[in-house]
Amino acid sequence: MLPQGIEEILPPTAARIEALRRSLLDLHARWGYELVYPPIVEHLESLLTGTGHQLDLQTFKLIDPLSGRTLGVHADMTPQVARIDASRLRREGTARMSYVGTVLRTHSNGVGESRSPMQLGAEIFGHSGSASDVEIVSLMLESLRIAGADQLQLDIGHVGVYRTLVNAIALSEAQAATLFDIMQRKSRPELDAYISALDLASAPAAALAALPGLAGGVDVISRARSVLACGGEPVSEALDELQALVDGLMSREASLPILIDLGELRGYHYHTGVVFSAYSEQSLSELARGGRYDAIGAAFGRARPATGFSCDLRRLANLTDTSVPSTRGVLAPHSDDADLLDQVAKLRDAGERVIIAFNEEDDAVTLGCDRELVLRDGAWQTLKI
Amino acid sequence: MITIALAKGRLLKDVNPLLEHAGCELAEDPDSHRKLVVETKNPGLRALVVRASDVPVYVEHGAADMGIVGKDTLLEHGGQGLYEPLDLGLGRCRLSVAGLPETTWSSEHTLRVATKFERLALQHFCGGADRVQPVELIKLYGSMELAPLVGLADVIVDLVDTGNTLTANGLVELEQIMPISARLVVNKASAKLKHESVNRFVELMRAAVDERNP
Repeated sequence: MLPQGIEEILPPTAARIEALRRSLLDLHARWGYELVYPPIVEHLESLLTGTGHQLDLQTFKLIDPLSGRTLGVHADMTPQVARIDASRLRREGTARMSYVGTVLRTHSNGVGESRSPMQLGAEIFGHSGSASDVEIVSLMLESLRIAGADQLQLDIGHVGVYRTLVNAIALSEAQAATLFDIMQRKSRPELDAYISALDLASAPAAALAALPGLAGGVDVISRARSVLACGGEPVSEALDELQALVDGLMSREASLPILIDLGELRGYHYHTGVVFSAYSEQSLSELARGGRYDAIGAAFGRARPATGFSCDLRRLANLTDTSVPSTRGVLAPHSDDADLLDQVAKLRDAGERVIIAFNEEDDAVTLGCDRELVLRDGAWQTLKI
Repeated sequence: MITIALAKGRLLKDVNPLLEHAGCELAEDPDSHRKLVVETKNPGLRALVVRASDVPVYVEHGAADMGIVGKDTLLEHGGQGLYEPLDLGLGRCRLSVAGLPETTWSSEHTLRVATKFERLALQHFCGGADRVQPVELIKLYGSMELAPLVGLADVIVDLVDTGNTLTANGLVELEQIMPISARLVVNKASAKLKHESVNRFVELMRAAVDERNP
């Protein structure tokens, strides 16, 4: 029996996932993203540098008998790719990278999620501003469409809004944690009660209380400008960034439903700007997520603006449940006959699937073949079954 | 179509008038029909009638878009990934520590606690820097009041409404942990994918609650 939340993938699903993996990496390559393979394990301190407490809890740890040091198994490849950009590649201009691999998590990220998802993602380093956010969201949407997602819906937020409002009121660590917990649950009654218990000035109190309700169509941005006026320049800049992302997307994805949610705080401790996630009615949970995280490179001595997205390849592969086993193939008898071997090689070169039957039980139907190689009139011929 | 999971039992009887106020009362009485999927007067809303402790599970997994459940169940379930936009003000009671009069405890000795709220009891007694009371949890599913009487536990952690059951068994409320009431919870993905219909229902319910508890 496998450990909880750990799965093995059988035919034909594995083939479907692999096909999707190839087409997505090809897509990313066509968009100019370079593939990197971060290692499965790293020294724990390097793996967790610049990331939050949450990733620490999510990371499996082990001791390296060679050095006696603690290693961590990667639970998220994004910080690794950021480290590669900041400390290994050290490029001056924009760097675009993509990656795919199985990660391991002590707890799944949410209901129905695996503890060992196949994380596929893309990141842009070295550019701040909406152009790179628009590109990464566009690439995310294109990736999801290739995976067969339709009726996509995009959810966009900006963690800078909440951060500004909270930093403006001096809270203790415990108070900040309580407020964050309430905000994540969007519990309006608890929020109202807690805000009045904190005894804040009326403007920041009203702004915080309004945050969970600032969710809806793109008009939320203009509504937020007046409701959150007390946030001053930083909030107004955050809203400008949101608006720029929305404008950029609207000119590329005119029919895409966009939901603005300023109370969305997923990844709050890691992200620094816009955050986004994609949903489809085909799936009960988000298909891909991402956002801006400008601070992480600083931990490696080189602060680089960064934005990216990632998704679970296996979840995407489930969108199109066309798990019909292949019925195209040629069955060939086992023989050392040179002509036969030549025919088999030719068919395989032409991209055909050719299976050698070892014995009677290897019949064409079980092996998913629709033709067979038969000796007729002294020549090997491919005949329909 | 949106789906709401409702806890069967007493809470359901209290919730229905509120649903009625919002124009979506149950089309039939689930008690008399034993049906688990019940239509409502609102054609865009159907209800699932499930065990209270299962409500957060249905909503978390997206089998229901919304649910109505007590704060106690919600906290004990510990689920993240749910929005809790509304306190319905129904099923008001409190989670308390109860026991024989003059029961005391200190961190020098392990306290035996009988409860079905294991997570909440642990959090209350030893869930923080200033909460270091060692406890031995004894999971019970009902008739908690018996436990201190027969020496199974020193105290119980349970919901207290009128306190009549405690009094009848010679027990007293020793500490109040938190007030409890029924909450409307919403699946996060539903809140986004079905933003308009979910939001409309939440606002209808909010208006109904405000009107009933001015």
